[in-house]
Amino acid sequence: MQVDIKEIEEVAKTLYIRALKLLPTDIKQGFERLMRDETSTTGKTVLGTMVENIAVAERTKNLLCQDTGIPIYNIKIGRDVSLDGAAMKEAIRRGCERATKEHPLRSSVVHPITRKNEQTSCGIGVPVINIDFDERPETLEIEMIPKGSGSENGSFLQMLIPADGVGAVKRFVVDKVIECGGRVCPPTIVGVGIGGTSDVCMHLAKVAATRPLGSKCADEEGARIEAQLSEAVNELGIGPQGLGGRSTSFRVHVEVAATHITMNPVAVNIQCHSARRASATITPGGIAFA
Amino acid sequence: MTHHVLNMPIDEAQARALKLGDTVTLEKTLFGIRDATLIAMFDKDRRTRFDLKGHAVIHTAPNVKKVDTRPGNNSGYEPVCIGTTTSMRMERFTKQLMQREGVRIIIGKGGMGPATLDALKEFGGVYLAIVGGAAALETTWIEEIEDVDMDDLHPESLWKFRIKGFGPLLVTMDSHGGSMHAEVNAGAAAKRADVLAKIGGL
Repeated sequence: MQVDIKEIEEVAKTLYIRALKLLPTDIKQGFERLMRDETSTTGKTVLGTMVENIAVAERTKNLLCQDTGIPIYNIKIGRDVSLDGAAMKEAIRRGCERATKEHPLRSSVVHPITRKNEQTSCGIGVPVINIDFDERPETLEIEMIPKGSGSENGSFLQMLIPADGVGAVKRFVVDKVIECGGRVCPPTIVGVGIGGTSDVCMHLAKVAATRPLGSKCADEEGARIEAQLSEAVNELGIGPQGLGGRSTSFRVHVEVAATHITMNPVAVNIQCHSARRASATITPGGIAFA
Repeated sequence: MTHHVLNMPIDEAQARALKLGDTVTLEKTLFGIRDATLIAMFDKDRRTRFDLKGHAVIHTAPNVKKVDTRPGNNSGYEPVCIGTTTSMRMERFTKQLMQREGVRIIIGKGGMGPATLDALKEFGGVYLAIVGGAAALETTWIEEIEDVDMDDLHPESLWKFRIKGFGPLLVTMDSHGGSMHAEVNAGAAAKRADVLAKIGGL
């Protein structure tokens, strides 16, 4: 399959806008579950407002949240796909910029030192583009995540040591959820990375935070910790928006990677309740958006 | 638990009458500020041409589109999507915002800390919690972007909104030393040891 670069640009533009407006089905179902289980009156009211907002966004075709985030594009290239990689990266950047200007969207991206906003949602190293490969024949998948900053500021890395054990890993996660309180716009998805190098660990946490609800860590031990921590954080009473209640998190997600004999790294990256993502799958049959 | 409808601006007595757990709906005028706005105003001593005395400010940077100015709209912008950002980053500016500019109400998400609570008590004001991430809904409460100042900081300009039925919002910090955020945080800290013990995390 030969990929048309112009098509990539259009898809990159469309995905940014779609992601900002349409909440994925698994997150909507997550809200239904939290509404059933919430016991706090304030918590129920806050969740009700969030659910109402999803309906208003759909009805008025508006953005769910004003934070257009840091744009992230996750690319998965299947087998027998032919494309000009450098041109693809440029096309994604153009698509991201066009979404910002043509919709229009707030550009939330600034130079880290001068704080200058180019009003394009782009800058040095932004949009973030992650490229990976998979087994699917003649398939190119592009996932777009507008990562909100309130929850992205809830990011932490600790290079624990082996003597700290797995108990310290769990403690770190619970302590960071307490520290963040209402600032990260709960109910959240708490993304946890365990293992790897420092950079891999942080990336695993982001992968975990942006994984669909209902998915499970592929590693058995990781999945066990995921289940334990999911129960634990909802017993803290932080609740929706940090105003009290059970619904602190939809779920804690864990991703793991092998690490060094001297290392025991753990990372946390939080996703707010506006857990937005959109994807497009390009095959010889056409483009399917999800 | 009382519901208040406030036609902005308000005076000190009106601000002090608001108690933790009360709900508030604002009418008429609301100003939008954010990190860069506050850094410019207080770290770089930039002055705004707006009179913020007795008013409410919301922690925001909106999505807007350009339009021609017209009577009632001096900003040249219309709302696309207007929501609320995390307040805690702006903690060190609350006192100056109240003391120098006379602001009475701060609207945001996630709550603020001890410095804000002290300022609310000293000058007479409240913090109102809005549901963060509910921006599509919030946008329906905004009639017009009446004016804008310091637009070189766009989108972190100082915005003047005309509002209608802006709320209900929850009083989560008042002028009597009450903070729902501090209560919830203390509750979580108290549960920490039990929660960790159950999962082998102590």
